[in-house]
Amino acid sequence: MFILDHLWIIIALPLLGAAINGLLGKNFSKTIVNSVGIGSIALAFLSYAEAVREFAQLSADQIPWVKTYFTWITAGQFRVNFSLQVDQLTIVMLGVVTFVSLLVHIYSTGYMAHEEGYYRFFSYLNLFVFFMLTLVLAANVVLMFVGWEGVGLCSYLLIGFWFLKQSAISAGKKAFITTRIGDFGFTVGILLLFWTFKSVDFGTIFKQLVSGSPDAAVPTGVLTTICLLLFTGAIGKSAQLPLYVWLPDAMEGPTPVSALIHAATMVTAGVYMVARMNPLFSRAPVAMFVVALIGALTAFFAATIGLVQTDIKKVLAYSTVSQLGYMFLGLGVGAYASGVFHLMTHAFFKGLLFLAAGSVIHAMGGDQEMPHMGGLRSKIPITFWTMFIATLAITGIPGFAGFFSKDEILDAAFSGPLHSTGLWLLALIGAGLTSFYMFRLIFLTFFGEPRYDEHKVHVHESPHNMTVPLIILAIFSTVGGWVAAPHLVGGTDYFEKFLHPVFAIYAPASAEGSAEALETPGMILLHALTGWPVLIALAGLLVAWWFYVKSPETPKKLADSLRAPYTLLLHKYYVDELYNAAIIQPLLWISTNVLWHVVDETVIDGTVNGVARVARESGSELREIQSGNARSYATWVVIGAVGVTVLMIGLWGMVR
Amino acid sequence: MSVVPISYYLVLSAVLFGLGIVAFVVKRNIITIFMAIELMLNAVNLAFVAFARAHNQLDGLVFVFFVIVVAAAESAVGLAIIITVYQNRQTLNIERINLLKF
Repeated sequence: MFILDHLWIIIALPLLGAAINGLLGKNFSKTIVNSVGIGSIALAFLSYAEAVREFAQLSADQIPWVKTYFTWITAGQFRVNFSLQVDQLTIVMLGVVTFVSLLVHIYSTGYMAHEEGYYRFFSYLNLFVFFMLTLVLAANVVLMFVGWEGVGLCSYLLIGFWFLKQSAISAGKKAFITTRIGDFGFTVGILLLFWTFKSVDFGTIFKQLVSGSPDAAVPTGVLTTICLLLFTGAIGKSAQLPLYVWLPDAMEGPTPVSALIHAATMVTAGVYMVARMNPLFSRAPVAMFVVALIGALTAFFAATIGLVQTDIKKVLAYSTVSQLGYMFLGLGVGAYASGVFHLMTHAFFKGLLFLAAGSVIHAMGGDQEMPHMGGLRSKIPITFWTMFIATLAITGIPGFAGFFSKDEILDAAFSGPLHSTGLWLLALIGAGLTSFYMFRLIFLTFFGEPRYDEHKVHVHESPHNMTVPLIILAIFSTVGGWVAAPHLVGGTDYFEKFLHPVFAIYAPASAEGSAEALETPGMILLHALTGWPVLIALAGLLVAWWFYVKSPETPKKLADSLRAPYTLLLHKYYVDELYNAAIIQPLLWISTNVLWHVVDETVIDGTVNGVARVARESGSELREIQSGNARSYATWVVIGAVGVTVLMIGLWGMVR
Repeated sequence: MSVVPISYYLVLSAVLFGLGIVAFVVKRNIITIFMAIELMLNAVNLAFVAFARAHNQLDGLVFVFFVIVVAAAESAVGLAIIITVYQNRQTLNIERINLLKF
């Protein structure tokens, strides 16, 4: 039980790596930076593996395993411990985080090889892993919030890694500020949570929910408010409607960052948080519906924008927003395990897609525009094949990871407690769109005639330290889904079975009953429904093939005939423009004309300068008294003495 | 032998003090001003002694000794300063010793 007793080791390792590289890395050779950066993550991954081994030996009543190391804050009733917790959900998240970040670190040694600030990059990346692991391991909401904000900080630092580029700086700020809006809700949610339960520890809160006597039960309204506030934080962090706008811009950062932070791990923090808070959400049906609705709408909406993007990373960014929507849809309809499962498979295939896209960009010498590519298939075969596998996975082609996870969500949306055909339909159409834009990406990039200048661009396959992570992730994108293969395809849903305790221990009594009841008709429906997503994915593939391989002039004709909707999509529904006009410009106007010119210049500067002027002018009057004439001083002394005497006589008379 | 009433002493003290003030403000020679200060100090001494006698207490007398000691010290320092000023400026007219100003 060494690692489980010393859980802090897992998070301390990346922090140590970040500190060493960040403070001393400037003088290190690349080899040392690599070994510190990768070594710390590799050790964290090994610690995780050992933790899994020890975790398997725990008996059921020892889970969740909570370790308290010291008390961090005490103020009256408010008490926050530095305590870490391991349960099945943590195990899954830890695995995803350490595994994907290890691969991304290795990949980065190739991708970032020629960049300035190499040590800085690895330091930030390690710091990110530290905060992400804190977020995942935290046993109370406040510590979780520390990790939550920390990953936001690292996201900001890494988006703006090329800090000489104006667009990168703006994108970093946009990401930071936009998620901050959500975090405001999260903070208020934490306060309300403490106010309601007088504790911030997950275990204490959840136990109160289960064991509370009926008259001491927390009103549903309060629970709904808490859940909605917490979900606001998730909306910001996980880039859901209406706060998704920062994620596409975040692609300004280096591609490994996009893969690790903005696809595989950080953006899924919101999903993890909602899954972690499942006992609260399960008791707040309205909040659950909101989660499902926002998820489904985002899944559909972001997919439509992805259809017309030409920047290879932007397509993937909108795809990420859309896939995160699927995860929230899964959580919202009560299929927590499916949501988390999609989180895991998505981490594999979307991480792979981004890394492969990075490999393509690397091959193209930095060009990200798909209309400049084409015909890369034979030139960079490893990149092509791994990316193709990831595409099959994300579109839900049977046998690949995304097929199992996405179908589970779609199935849950249809048969779950909400019974919503509308949500299911949105998600289904979204799946079709996903298939279309992903194969569009593949066809535009790898098929057809080269559209770049072959004399200028020297296309070459990436080095081994980039391709090996691609291959490993490709393997996981393929087989990763089978751990949760539903009975339908002759497998056992190990994943759901494994996670079951997390979502069952504190589940409300009534919901458990209804979930049982739904099992049987759900199984029958599953057979019928599994066909739909596959069919629509194939349809998307066919359309993409028709548009971009068979008759490449069709998309242009279509765009011409549907000018208005096409322009609308191309401009991303003018959401950025809308936010600019509705929020940023008024804010700028108020800041300039009220806060700057009135409050700052007139009121604050006026007060400060006024005080100074009073002192200066009274001083220039009073200095006349110091004339150098000793007799006038004598006169003043006499006047003063007389004044004091008169005053004292007067006061004495008053006292008497 | 009739006792002189305390008011006589106080009036004399006040007159001496007033003369001291007038001389302090009006006179130009530093030594004269210095003497005016001494006059004021001794006017106050007189009042102390008178009160001490009237109330039959020793406190006032003790104070007078203090005042005399301080006055002696002050005279020593003051006269030293005056000599130095005269050596430097060849004048004791206070209106011409006016360099220390804004």
